[in-house]
Amino acid sequence: MADPDYLYVPYRLTILRAPRQPLVVLPETLSECTGPVFGHDSVTESCSDLTRQHAGEPMGQRIIVTGRVSDEDGRPITNTLVEIWQANAAGRYFHEVDRHDAPLDPNFTGGGRALTDSNGCYRFTTIKPGAYPWQNHKNAWRPAHIHFSLFGASFSSRLITQMYFPGDPLLDFDPIFHSVPDESSRQLLIARFDLAATKPEWALAYRFDIVLRGRHATPFEA
Amino acid sequence: MQPTPSQTIGPFFHIALPANENIAHIAGPGAEGDALTLICRVLDAVGAPADDAMIELWQADASGVYNHPDDPRYADHDPAFHGFARMATNAQGACVFQTVKPGRPADLNGAMQAPHINVSVFARGLMKRAATRIYFEGDPANAQDRVLSCAPEQRRSTLLAHRDASQPSLWRFDLHLAGPDETIFFAI
Repeated sequence: MADPDYLYVPYRLTILRAPRQPLVVLPETLSECTGPVFGHDSVTESCSDLTRQHAGEPMGQRIIVTGRVSDEDGRPITNTLVEIWQANAAGRYFHEVDRHDAPLDPNFTGGGRALTDSNGCYRFTTIKPGAYPWQNHKNAWRPAHIHFSLFGASFSSRLITQMYFPGDPLLDFDPIFHSVPDESSRQLLIARFDLAATKPEWALAYRFDIVLRGRHATPFEA
Repeated sequence: MQPTPSQTIGPFFHIALPANENIAHIAGPGAEGDALTLICRVLDAVGAPADDAMIELWQADASGVYNHPDDPRYADHDPAFHGFARMATNAQGACVFQTVKPGRPADLNGAMQAPHINVSVFARGLMKRAATRIYFEGDPANAQDRVLSCAPEQRRSTLLAHRDASQPSLWRFDLHLAGPDETIFFAI
């Protein structure tokens, strides 16, 4: 099983919020096999370049994040909405709840969105987020990460996850990353450095492929 | 291929998700059907409101047709009805949705389901989405619904929205993530 359980005690808030009863298995219906479809009217080019959303350029290491979205059979999921959010280079979120004593960057909001193309691929330009302190336990730091939200083909394929960076020493200490029980699944959350996708003299690049689960409608078949 | 695991939405999703206003409206002006206001609250194991959660709704239109090409009745869907909405909870742990009462969607065996709204909840401290359904208290179709009938009987009432006594178009649904009144969640 790839997903974490709801209850993972080292992440303390799960104690208050994790459902405890066993999940009820649904008979398959049209409700799970359908889902919202979003078109090009919901995305413009500046949505996917987080370094071009303000008058000036944000501080930090410019990076390109690309990847392919597919189903469990490897088929591309085309024209699906990918949304991201992240901290700035100093590890501070553009959010009123974030009280981390690190500078805000007037040129960085940290939100982006894109649609996958006909090969299931997406592409963002952004800056590498900084590590972020949280109060889960003494001296707790989140490894650098980018939040991802995807819809996929149906209600059942909805996924919200986080992308991490290779070689980050904080991964070993992060209960959210380690809530995923098996090592091979955890590795799927770590982007790989992609030299071929870098832009010389301009930006580094990381590749983060995403596989969505999900049912496909087979209406009225036996 | 191995599916990518879920991770918690965290506390800062407002930067991107509810901010995307293009996809926030479940029913456009002129959507057919009985308009209703649905107040959904998210509560934790001790009954405290979760003021930093996100609720997403996916529902069929007033005729029971999903705005999706895989619905066999898609050609008849109401173009003014989008079917999807999402909101961040407020300080009371609540989201207030304006929608219409869904009709009866098909299941995949040719039978009809009872009117319902499909719900996803995401929150800090939730490692993956909690998926449930909202049914409407008192709807005669509930008795034949295949999903309701496979839900444990003593907990089935956790799937019901309740009509306000003085405002017939106002419905309330409390979603308990845990605790003695834990809502039924589905393996999707």
